[in-house]
Order: sequence, then C-alpha cells, then structure tokens
Amino acid sequence: MRYKRDPDLIRKVIGRKVQFVMGDTACVYGSLLAGCSFFAGYPITPASEIAEEMSRLLPRVGGVYIQMEDEIGSISAVIGASWAGAKSMTATSGPGFSLMMENYGYAIMSETPCVIVNVQRVGPSTGQPTRGAQGDMMQARWGTHGDVEALVLAPSTVQECFDLTIEAFNLTERYRHPVCVMMDGEIGHLREKVVIPDEDEMKIVDRVVADKDDDFLPFDVSKKTGRKVPDFPTFGKGFKVHVTGLTHDTRGLPATDSQEEHEKLIKRIVSKIADDRDKLTMVEKVHLDDAETAFVTYGASARATEAAVERARKEGKKVGMLRLKLVWPFPIKEIRKLADQVEKIIVPEMNLGQIVHPVREYAEGKCEVISAPKVGGEMHTVEEVYRYIEG
Amino acid sequence: MQELSAELIRKKYLRDEMWPSIFCNGCGIGNVLDYTLRAIEELNLDLDEIVFVSGIGCSSRLPGYINADGLHTTHGRAIAFATGVKAVNPDLKVIVFTGDGDCAAIGGNHFIHAIRRNVDITVIMVNNFIYGMTGGQLAPTTPIGSRSTTSPYGNIEPPFDLCELAKVIGAPYVARWTVSHPYRPIKSIKRGIEKKGFAYIELLTPCPTAYGRRNRLGDIKELWKWYDENTILIEEYERIMKYGSDEEKERASKMIKIGVFQDIEKPEYFEEYYKLIDRLKEGGK
Repeated sequence: MRYKRDPDLIRKVIGRKVQFVMGDTACVYGSLLAGCSFFAGYPITPASEIAEEMSRLLPRVGGVYIQMEDEIGSISAVIGASWAGAKSMTATSGPGFSLMMENYGYAIMSETPCVIVNVQRVGPSTGQPTRGAQGDMMQARWGTHGDVEALVLAPSTVQECFDLTIEAFNLTERYRHPVCVMMDGEIGHLREKVVIPDEDEMKIVDRVVADKDDDFLPFDVSKKTGRKVPDFPTFGKGFKVHVTGLTHDTRGLPATDSQEEHEKLIKRIVSKIADDRDKLTMVEKVHLDDAETAFVTYGASARATEAAVERARKEGKKVGMLRLKLVWPFPIKEIRKLADQVEKIIVPEMNLGQIVHPVREYAEGKCEVISAPKVGGEMHTVEEVYRYIEG
Repeated sequence: MQELSAELIRKKYLRDEMWPSIFCNGCGIGNVLDYTLRAIEELNLDLDEIVFVSGIGCSSRLPGYINADGLHTTHGRAIAFATGVKAVNPDLKVIVFTGDGDCAAIGGNHFIHAIRRNVDITVIMVNNFIYGMTGGQLAPTTPIGSRSTTSPYGNIEPPFDLCELAKVIGAPYVARWTVSHPYRPIKSIKRGIEKKGFAYIELLTPCPTAYGRRNRLGDIKELWKWYDENTILIEEYERIMKYGSDEEKERASKMIKIGVFQDIEKPEYFEEYYKLIDRLKEGGK
C-alpha cells in the first residue's frame, strides 16, 4: 500500500482547527483523520457533498477517490480496497443503501473492515431526496439476508458527524465488521461549529495485522489477542488467504455442506459484536437521575427532544432523555434500567416507528412505551415533542 | 525452462485441501486454470504478488483452488472489487476469473466502466454459453436456438459478443480462444497480464452437463470437437469476407470469431491517479 497516514499533512489539508461546516464535510474531516485512504461512491442527495469533498481532499493526503458506476460497485471497491490494506469508506443515501445490502452482508461474512455512511432521506423509493429522515435504522440492522449483528452509529450534531466517523473507523478496525454511520439529510446539510482535536487528544485504532505463522488460521479466534476477531491477513503479504462469502472453515475454504462449520462461523461473527454489547454502548443521559418520564431517541430527533426536556425541567417536570449514539448493537441494559425507573418512555423518530420496537421489547412491559413519529421531511418541533410528555 | 507436468503445477500452485474439485467430467474450466498457471509460470511471477478475484458461478470458484490471495465475491461484482484492490496497491497483479453470466449479465455495468477507465486488471472470462452452477439457465451468450432450462423451446434472444463490446469501448487487449488448444490462450493470458491496462481474454469452454447434453452436442469428445468446427480465426474470417464465395461467406458468418481483437496502448487509470497525487504533493492544483 502506498498511503501512509501523515497527521500533519491531513491537518494542513483540512485547515483551521475550528470551522463552521456541514455535517457531510465534518464526516469527511473525521474520515481523513481516522486514516481513511480509499473512498468509492456514487452521487446521491443528500450525501453527494461527502463524495465531492473526498474527491478534493483525499488525493491531497495520498489516498484514492473513485466515482464508481453505481452504489453496488462502490461498496465492492471499498471491500476490495480494505483487503489490500486500506481504511475504506463509501457514503450514500437510502436508494444507494438498498443497493449495497448484498455486499454489506458480504463484508460481514468476510469480516472486512469498512465504513458505510448513510445520509438518510425520506423513503421508501426515491421519496423526498432533499429531506432528511431516519427511515433506514432497521435496514441497517436487518437489511441484508441471513443472521447478522450490526454496528450502527447515529450523530446528532455536526461535531458528532466528525467524532462518530472516527469512532466508526475505530470500531470497524477493531471488530472487522462493517460500520454504518446513520446521518440524516438534516444533520448532513446543517452547518455548525466543528472543533478538530489535536493528535494527542485522538484515539486511532488500526486493525491487528496477522503474523505469518505456519499455523495461522485467517478465520479463527485470534491467537494474538484471544478475541473472536481474527487477525487481518492483508493481500500481497504472502498469507495466501482465500476470502469468500460462502460459508467457510477457519482456513477460509468453502464448507457449504457443513451445518457444524456454518453454526460455528456465524456464532463467532455474531457474538464478537453481541458479547461486547455493554462495552460498546454509547449513550448520552440528560436529566435522567430522577426522571419519571424519559425520551429515548437518536440522531436529529434528539435536538428537538433535548429542547423539550429542558423546557419541561424549567416547569418542574421530571423528564429526561437517553440519547443513543450507538443504536446497534442495541443497549439492552440501559433500556431495562430505564424501564425499571420511569413510568413512561417516549421514542421520537423521523419515521413511523422503528427503534421504538426494540425499546418496547427490552422495556419488557415494565413501563409504558410510546412512539412519537414524524414523517414527510420535516423535523419534530419542540412543541410536538413536548406534547407527548402530558400524553 | 523446465516443462511443467500437471503434477508439478498442482504442487507448486494449488491447494491440496481443495481436492477433488467441483467441476464435472468434460468441463473446460480446469483447462482455463491450467493455462493461467502456465502463463504465470512462463512469466516467472511470484504468486504472492497476484490477487485472484472472482464473482459467482462455476468459473468463479477458481481462486479457491490456487494457493494465493483470492477474493471470491458476489455475483457480477468481481471487477468492481478488483478495482478497489488495484487502487490501493497498484503493485499487485490482479486477475479476475468470471463467467459469461457473471460478466455479461449481472456484471455488465462494472465490465464496461472498468474498460472505460482502463483499470489494470486481467479478466479471464470463461464462456460456456450457459449458467452452469444453477443448472443450465439461459445466459446472455447462449446462441439463438439453443435450449436451456429457461429457454425450453429454443432461445430467441440474440447473444452478446463481449469481445466486440470490449473492443469498441477501447480495452487495450482483447482476445478470444477455445480451450481446446492450449498455446494460444496461454500466450494471450501472458500478454494480458503484462499489458498495462484492462485485458480481456475470453475462453470458449465446454459445459457438457448443463449445455452440451441439453443441446444434443454429443459426448464429451464430440462436444470438444464442436469448438474447433464452429470457430474461425479473425484473419481467416476477414479473408473470406473479402475474397470468399457466397457459400464460404454464409458459413463463416455463422461461426464464432477467435483471435486477438485488439492490442493497443493507452494510459492506465491508477497510474494517472497516482500521478495526480504526486502533482498535488508538489503543490499543484
């Protein structure tokens, strides 16, 4: 691989430490600092600015940008690039995300680190291209066929578009599992302040590269770390690794007729994420300590929700908010704890009710769980969210 | 150079643990593998500097047999995956194995755009006129009149000629041969690997199980003979079209052209891209 991460050069290319930029741009800055050196994409509103900024900045830091013929080609190239050793990424919106679903599953099955940014817009189908939504949250979890886990982040601010993109690269490198950054058209096109942290304030994770031992197994529990995430055998280094989307054994060779091998493989791939659920959980708690009513929300919906919570507090109402920064794997423990504490959970989402379902599942009937949906391309107003508090 | 026996090829290049292969009796895909490995041997290449990429189908199983880095991807997408590999590490040689369904149908878009960009990969397309792995369905290459499980009354769709397509989009190297003769395919694969840019080598490959049987092309021996009798060298075709009798022209027009369709030089995409990176490094715009 020709690219080498050069933090000074990346910072020079990004520019000033404090900037007023769009969420899409902040996402690009985050990916560059994370060490992303390959981007493949296809124009789509409201994610095109990510491709545009990548085409401008990525070659300046020594990386490769390519505009592919479609979103299927984009995710394919991203996976190929990852096997050649690059931190790689694509960005799209609903229609493109739908097209990527098959290879999203391939990345999971082949344990390929890569980042998929989905700047969500109103669907189904072409929907409202310029309007933001949160309608793909279940697709990110269940959209590909077969048994999978998912690593899915949801930024609420432009700063978080930066921070969580870096987090996405760190997670994908650590777990060898694709990570979805579920932005939305509102946050993607919103301009806010972004502060670029200094190098010593940042944590950058790189995949554990395999040693060339004679008994190295490319799809087995790591001997180096003991984790369920295999060490990475980069192409071109003599590992002679065979990568396939077929059910494979620990050597990577097809084992399509073996019930035992399939179960072993899929259980490892799924549990490498699920086992770390509590460790992975990333939530923000606002006024939750004594709350009797709680909002559970994420992404752009959290903005009006937070304002509604502040208003309720000013009026002496015991209302709080649990904001999910990482939506999948689902923070089961946090929801159980919350359901024990509060009388009512309200779930504002820019869809007809998606994440309300796992909330209801893990509240286990211990409190009331209410959906607060909004569709049609407009964000919830503070007033709309506030009204749910009284019921 | 030492003459390589099949046994030596197997020992040097293949994974022991993959035998027996999935291929049927009389299938030509093993020959495609043999010719590819002989080309690599004759070029004296290090297997650790080659990545084999494939999609889905019988021919796309080939990377699994080679003791090298291999990326067995999703249906039709091999060329797009290969583009990503090449982008990041242009020092690697990238060889794509694909079939006629994989390349001409579901993967057609990636095929034409990789040629348009001129990405430095060698695509070896195994054309057996049929979807073999799924049991013999109609392919975009199935000749008119042929029977398949999804054209039970005979095919009425005109087939694609991918060599002509690759040529007009400007692939620097385009060739088609039958697997019934080893030397010309080996020579073309060598040329393709050495070519800086997109090389397309199509090998007409018998599929007795899913195509030959259903179209009464006879036993394996007869089927293999069919490929000799129904193909014509480009030069011969052109000579007949210029000087031949009407009868000869009529016969030639029904045959499949084999030979080198194109061999030209043009700028390669990632070479140009890395030049761009260097230019920007020096403060250029």
